[in-house]
Amino acid sequence: MTPPNGPSAAGTGAVPSLPIADQILEPSPARQLRRRVFGHAGITIGAGVLIFIIVVALLAPVLAPFDPLDQDLTRRIIPPVWHETGSWTHVLGTDQFGRDYLSRLIYGARISLLIGFVAMLISGVIGTTLGVAAGYFGGRVDMVVNFIITTRLSLPVILVALAVVSIIGNSLWIVIWVLGFLIWDRFAVVMRSSVQQVRDLDYVAAAKALGCSTTRIILSEIMPNIVNNLIVVATLEMAHAILLEAALSYLGLGVQPPAPSWGLMISEGKGMIFFDPWLIGIPGAALFAMVLAINLLGDGLRDVTAPENRN
Amino acid sequence: METILEVDGLTVDIPVAAGVLHPVRDVSFSVQRGETLCIVGESGCGKSLTSLAIMGLLPKKARRIARTLSFEGTALLGLSERRMGDLRGNSMAMIFQEPMTSLNPSYTIGNQLEEMLKRHRKASTREARERAIFLLEKVGITSAASRLTQYPHQLSGGLRQRVMIAMTLMCDPDLLIADEPTTALDVTIQAQILLLLAELQREFNMGLILITHDLGIVARVADRVAVMYAGQIVESGSVKQIFENPTHPYTQGLLECIPIPGKTPPGAHLGSIPGIVPALIGDQKGCSFADRCKYANPECAELRIDLRAAHDAGHVYRCVLTADQCAQNRHGESAA
Amino acid sequence: MLNYALKRLGVAILVATTVSIVTFSLLHLTGDPAMALAGAAATEDDIENIRRVYGYDRPFLVQYADWLIKAVQGDFGRSHYLKTEVADVVFDRLPTTMILGASAITFAFILSIPLGVLAAIKPNTIFDRLALTLAVVGQALPSFWFALIMIFWLGIEWRLLPISGTESWQNFIMPAVALGYYVTPAIMRLTRAGMLEVLASDYIRTARAKGIRPGAILFKHALRNAIIPVVALSAVQFGFMLGGSIVIETIFAINGLGFLAWESIQRADLPMMQAIVLVLACFYIVLTYLADMLNAFLDPRIRVV
Repeated sequence: MTPPNGPSAAGTGAVPSLPIADQILEPSPARQLRRRVFGHAGITIGAGVLIFIIVVALLAPVLAPFDPLDQDLTRRIIPPVWHETGSWTHVLGTDQFGRDYLSRLIYGARISLLIGFVAMLISGVIGTTLGVAAGYFGGRVDMVVNFIITTRLSLPVILVALAVVSIIGNSLWIVIWVLGFLIWDRFAVVMRSSVQQVRDLDYVAAAKALGCSTTRIILSEIMPNIVNNLIVVATLEMAHAILLEAALSYLGLGVQPPAPSWGLMISEGKGMIFFDPWLIGIPGAALFAMVLAINLLGDGLRDVTAPENRN
Repeated sequence: METILEVDGLTVDIPVAAGVLHPVRDVSFSVQRGETLCIVGESGCGKSLTSLAIMGLLPKKARRIARTLSFEGTALLGLSERRMGDLRGNSMAMIFQEPMTSLNPSYTIGNQLEEMLKRHRKASTREARERAIFLLEKVGITSAASRLTQYPHQLSGGLRQRVMIAMTLMCDPDLLIADEPTTALDVTIQAQILLLLAELQREFNMGLILITHDLGIVARVADRVAVMYAGQIVESGSVKQIFENPTHPYTQGLLECIPIPGKTPPGAHLGSIPGIVPALIGDQKGCSFADRCKYANPECAELRIDLRAAHDAGHVYRCVLTADQCAQNRHGESAA
Repeated sequence: MLNYALKRLGVAILVATTVSIVTFSLLHLTGDPAMALAGAAATEDDIENIRRVYGYDRPFLVQYADWLIKAVQGDFGRSHYLKTEVADVVFDRLPTTMILGASAITFAFILSIPLGVLAAIKPNTIFDRLALTLAVVGQALPSFWFALIMIFWLGIEWRLLPISGTESWQNFIMPAVALGYYVTPAIMRLTRAGMLEVLASDYIRTARAKGIRPGAILFKHALRNAIIPVVALSAVQFGFMLGGSIVIETIFAINGLGFLAWESIQRADLPMMQAIVLVLACFYIVLTYLADMLNAFLDPRIRVV
């Protein structure tokens, strides 16, 4: 059956399909995807910056000039190298305890990445399970999951996180688990609607007709087709977790001092905002850069794999 | 009869990924006041784009060229968007194909009707309301006053199309373009709407361009007919000339597709035209119908073919064959 | 429409009840309230006494039922720390947070809706890119850092605005911006997407064919339809902002519910914490309910059945 040629009847800006020869000469879908991925500024910049940060974090023991926890009260609040009184020994200066800021920055990346990644995994598992169940089984299951999601959405996340952490005690892992158990809602919502879109398609019906078990259908037929949405949400929730941890640490109920969490660094530096604004400027800029990179990557992936899901 | 619309050499070009699309090529016709011109052709022949080009409603990327495109003496091509907006809905109006989605779902019928008079005539709400009721009754909608407060979703497709017609008449236009106004409606309602349009045209003394792919409608309603194929007018003339003496092979093919009660023997093959419409991207050479035409010669694909006169005045067609040869072909077919 | 309203109301009440259970459980079961109250230096006896006096030795469900029944009547108990009725303090501080939230969402609307409309009229031009870039940047900026930067530049360096307290309306400008910018990208994107979709619809083509002026097409015909999903989103975002106000209020020393929550957490004032979480959650539930109703009202297809 040959494809229709020429403009459509409605006429307002309809673009016709290509004649057959051109379709044969077009690059393959895989090649097109690769081209779109690398051609997309957001993905390349985002991924580039993120990979850079990850590499720096992994090589922290090698790259950091000093021990981030090492206090030296004789070298307190030295400004960064671009000030008149700065020096190359401490490129980004020192804080009020004489700790090298560059080293703290580098090690702080580890904390943000760890928390972001693991909290994203935990919330991803919870949210995806709920969302896929709701989307695939529909009916009562869907109703119950929707109710759970609405309940979760009604809770003020930061308040609850703060309250729980204040009761249990704040350590790195408690923060990670609390966040993981709180930010799964977007996973659930997106996975639910993705599964709903896919579950009525022919190949799923075919699998059912063949007598495949539910688990098999979900894992082999449905999941591969919604994995791209999952990845997009995962990147965005990782950024979300990083920002939340920073806020919690800023308020003193996140990572414990003397760990070099960027949020904590900002909190410790805010008292000196009048004279030494770079104490909050530098870790904040790092946070901003990291979250921006992850968001660019996530947005870019969404543009490339499923632009219709922009909202 | 006075000419209200003059179109000469209208061409629309749309740049697309694969090149430049030429959906409308060198189209020429005119419309007199009080006359119905039917533009007929299959889906994709460019008839809708032609009407959008006249109204200035083409998509942004499209380019519109013409030797003449004038409405009541005003040249439309160079007209600013502002002046065009003054003309649209005012002296030239248009109805579209899909009544279900052509009305704004968030405003009442009354609001959308009255808005026209307020925009073009600075009328008061009361004046606009009166005119709206008057026109709703004219188009056959009962209890018009109560309809004004209804929303589009509360009306059926047929009713919505009547409302659309009433809407176009609010400012008493001189030219009405109806783009397949009955295609989306039930067959029983189609006839009603068409009759309505014909009545209103007479009463308001408008020029009417009716775009359709249904030859049955053309036979009933048209004064003049223009047959379009692949962006060009391949034949045009009075309705009598086209139906009694179809000259262009495409027109002949179209008419053969229609079973005529009484004439067509039961069980006989209905005519059909093999092949598909060509892609209109890039330079077009020769006759677009050549690859589907029974009588094509090699030269048909090469020459540039202009409209030429058939036997009667006002009847033109676009083919290398003479009018006599075409008539012979046709009689040969019906004899076979 | 009435049926719809009642059904949604039922769901809302159910959600509120569940939230109360979750809140109560979270705060009572994650640690020992009596120990937290007693402090680090307390003895075993002290803790036992406290447990008896405050009723923490009763079964969990009894404690919950008791609290819920009183809460529904507006009695949230007494603050451990302030020695006053919790309800009094909470509702005393609530208006300030409301004002902050309202200013923040107003700022968000003023910024995002015109930008969204502009980006939709001129898609893929520099305006569109600019709006989308702003959106991406806005979502990456940590709110507390943004607040500190504004304090530094606008409050300290250039001395344009006051940096703490709530004496005058100027005190609310920086906090409103700090709180509101975070929801701006979502609202702007949704407005843009909605406008793009609506502008391509048939009834807009009809409006153009009627000769309606471009301004009226945008703001009367298009925006009215495009704004419907934005309303729902805004209600949800407003709810989030109320919860997220704790950070902004502590930075700008604004005496609202968020700041109160912060103080209560520091002081392990359990009744206060519970009350605040429940009140804010109920606000969110009411807001989404109202947004649902407003949505139904704005879309005549649901309203006039």
